[in-house]
Amino acid sequence: MNWTSFDTWIVVVGALSAVACALPGCFLVLRKMSMMGDAISHAVLPGLAIAFLITGTRASVPMFFGAAIAGVLTALFTQWISRFGNVDRGAAMGIVFTTLFAIGLILIRQAADHVDLDPGCVLYGAIELTPLDTVKIIGVPIPRAALVNGGALLGNLLIIVILFKEFRLSAFDPELADTLGFSSNFLHYLLMTMVAMTTVAAFESVGSIIVIAMLIVPPATALLLTRNLPAMLIIASATAAASALIGHISAIIVPTWFGFSTTTTSGMIAFAAGLIFALAWLFSPTEGIIVRHLRQSRKDWKDFSPEPDENF
Amino acid sequence: MPLWADIIDVLLLQNYNTRLVVLSTTLLGIAAGLVGSFLLLRKRSLMGDALSHATLPGVAIAFAVMISLGGSGKSLPGLLLGATLSGVAGIATMLVIRNTTRLRDDVAMGFVLSVFFGIGVASLQMVQNLPGASAAGLESFIYGKTASMIRSDFVLIAIVAGIASLLSIALLKEFLLLCFDDAFASTQGWPTLALDVVLLGLVTAVTVIGLQSVGLILVIAFLITPATAARFWTQRLGHMLVLAAAIGGISGWLGASISALTPQLPAGAVIVLVAASLFLFSMLFAPARGIVPRLVRHSRLRRKVDRQHFLRAAYEILETASGPEGVPNLPFPTEALKTMRSWTPVHLRRILRIARHEDHLEPTAPGQLLLSEAGFGEAARVTRNHRLWETYLIKYADIAPSHVDRDADLVEHILGAELVRELEEYLGEREALVPMPPSPHLIQPSIPGEP
Repeated sequence: MNWTSFDTWIVVVGALSAVACALPGCFLVLRKMSMMGDAISHAVLPGLAIAFLITGTRASVPMFFGAAIAGVLTALFTQWISRFGNVDRGAAMGIVFTTLFAIGLILIRQAADHVDLDPGCVLYGAIELTPLDTVKIIGVPIPRAALVNGGALLGNLLIIVILFKEFRLSAFDPELADTLGFSSNFLHYLLMTMVAMTTVAAFESVGSIIVIAMLIVPPATALLLTRNLPAMLIIASATAAASALIGHISAIIVPTWFGFSTTTTSGMIAFAAGLIFALAWLFSPTEGIIVRHLRQSRKDWKDFSPEPDENF
Repeated sequence: MPLWADIIDVLLLQNYNTRLVVLSTTLLGIAAGLVGSFLLLRKRSLMGDALSHATLPGVAIAFAVMISLGGSGKSLPGLLLGATLSGVAGIATMLVIRNTTRLRDDVAMGFVLSVFFGIGVASLQMVQNLPGASAAGLESFIYGKTASMIRSDFVLIAIVAGIASLLSIALLKEFLLLCFDDAFASTQGWPTLALDVVLLGLVTAVTVIGLQSVGLILVIAFLITPATAARFWTQRLGHMLVLAAAIGGISGWLGASISALTPQLPAGAVIVLVAASLFLFSMLFAPARGIVPRLVRHSRLRRKVDRQHFLRAAYEILETASGPEGVPNLPFPTEALKTMRSWTPVHLRRILRIARHEDHLEPTAPGQLLLSEAGFGEAARVTRNHRLWETYLIKYADIAPSHVDRDADLVEHILGAELVRELEEYLGEREALVPMPPSPHLIQPSIPGEP
C-alpha cells in the first residue's frame, strides 16, 4: 500500500463530512425520521438546477442556498401532506422527494443543452479528487472540501451545544417541550435546515452516499452501545470518523483481493460504517446478540438448577 | 409543438416502439399500484426505496460472476437474478435488525439503503474496468432506459407485472388481515411471516423489473404515489386497489406518451410528475378524505350548529318572558342573545345574517329581533328535540340535570327525524304527548333587567 499525503487529505475530508452528518443524524434517528436524509439528498436536485439556471454558473454559493432551500421545502411539504392529508409520514416523504427529484431531472435535462451539469456528478461526487482543489491559508494549501465540511461540522457542533437541552427534550418528548415553551416545531425545522445544509456541503465534495450513510449508520451503532445522549453523540462521531479511515484503507486494499485495481472511497466508507454496526450488533456489552444470548442461557440455567436448600 | 396527428398517433399506440414503452409503463404502474397499496397500509412505503438501492450490489456482482464464468455479463436474466438475490438479502438484513435490536423500522430501512448502496457503488466501480462493462448499461439500473426498451424487456415486464397483480388479488383476504391486524392474524393461525415474505417478494419483483426499465426513482414513486392517491377516494380496500391500479396505469400511459411526444423530457421523470399531479388532485378534491371536501363538511356542520343554537336561544328568551298560557312570537332585544351564549359580536352578526338569509327573521325595530313564522316553528322544533334528548339522558344515561345541557349540546345537532321518533317512544306517553316538554334545568341568565 502506497500511502501519500493525498490519502491523508482524503481521510480528513471524509472524516469531517462524516462527523458533520453523524451529529444531526443522531437526532433524526431518535425522532424516527432516519429516511429524511435520503429524501433530502435526492430532493436538493431541483434547488441545484434552479440556482444554476438563474445564475448560469456552477459557483458554490448560489448552489448551496438553492439546495438548502429545496431541502427545507422537502421537510415542509412532507409535514403538510402528512398533517393535512392524513398520510403516513413515510409515504408523504416518498412522494415529495420523488417529485422534486423528477422536477430536478427535467430541469437539468433542459439546462444540459447549454452546459454540462450531470445528475451523476451532482449525486455521487468524487472524494478522490478533493485534494486537488486547494485553497492557501497562511501559506498552507488546504483542500477546499476540508474547509467546507469543517465549516459544516463546526456549525452543527455549535448549534447542538448551544441548544442541547432543547434538542434533547424535543427529541424525547415534543409535547413536554411545547408546554415548557420550546417550540418543538421550530427545532424540527432547525434540524431539517442543519441536515439540508450539511447534505449540500458534503454533496459537492464527497457525494450523497456518504451523507445518507453517515446520517443513519453511526447513530444507529451508537444507539446499540449506549442509552445516554451525550455519549451517543460522541460514539456516533467516533464511529463516523473511523468509518472514513477504514473505508479509504479498504478502498485501496479490498479491490486487489479480487484482482481489480480500484474502487470508490465513498462506497467503501458506507460499507465500513456497516461493518462497524455489525460489530456493535454482535459484541455490544448491553444490546449485543452474544451478550443477550449469554444472559438468556444463564437465566435458563438458573431457572433450571434447583435453589440450594438452606435448611439442609 | 407536437402536431395533433402525432398526439393521436402516440395515444393510440400506432408506433411500434412507443407501443412497447407505453404498454410496459402502464402494466408496471398497475402492478406497482396494487402492491404499493399493501405497503402503504402496512406503513412501509419507503420499503421500495430501500429495496431498490439494495439491488445494486447484486447487479454488479452478477455481472462480475458472469464475466469470470466466461459469459458475456450482459445477460438480463442473470443481472436480474443478482438484483433479486441482493434485494432479498437487504430485506433479510432489515428484518434481522428490526427483530433483534431496539432500532425501529426507519433505521433498519435507512441502514440497508445506505450500506447496500455503498457496496453497490463500490463494486460497480470495481467491475467497470472489465471488458464490456460500459456497454452493459449498468448505469441504466440507476436511471432506467425507458426510451430504449426492446421486445424482451416488454415481455418480462408483462409476465412479472401480471403475476404480481394476480397474486395480490388472489391473496387479497390474507393481505388485508396482515395489513390491518397482523397480531390477530397470527393468533388466528395465519402464517404471518410467510405472508409478509410473499408481500415483500412481490415488492422485490416489481422493483427489480421497474428498476431496470424505468429507473430507481420512478419505481419508488410508482410504489408509493398511486396507492396514497387512491387512499383519498375510499375507505374500502377493494376500491382502493382498483383505484391505485388505475392511477398507476394512467400515470404510466400518460407520462410515457407525453415523453414520447417531447423527446426532451425523460420518461421516468414525466411519469413521476403525472402521478404526483394525480396525487395532488386527489389530496385536495377527493370526496371521501380530500382536504377541500373535508373543510366544506366541517364548515357546514358549524353553520348548522350555529343556526340551532341561535334558534333555541331565541325560543328560550321568548319562553322565559311569557306566562303559562303559551309562548307567543314577539320581538325581543338583540342584547338578550348575548347573555345566552358566549358569542363574539362578529360571530353573532354572522349568525344573524345567515338567519335573515334563511328567512328565520323578520324585519322589526332596530335593536330588536323578530322570528318569522317559519323561524318560530323551527325554533320550537329544535328546542323540543333538545329537551327530549335531555330528558332521555337524565332518565337512561343517569346524567345530573345540572350537567345535561352541555352533554345534550354535543349530540343533538346530529339527531335525525327517525331518532327523534325513537326518543319519543322511549320517553313514554307523558313527554311525547306534550308539545313542548319543560326544561329540566334552570335556563339562565334570562333577559337582563328582569328578575
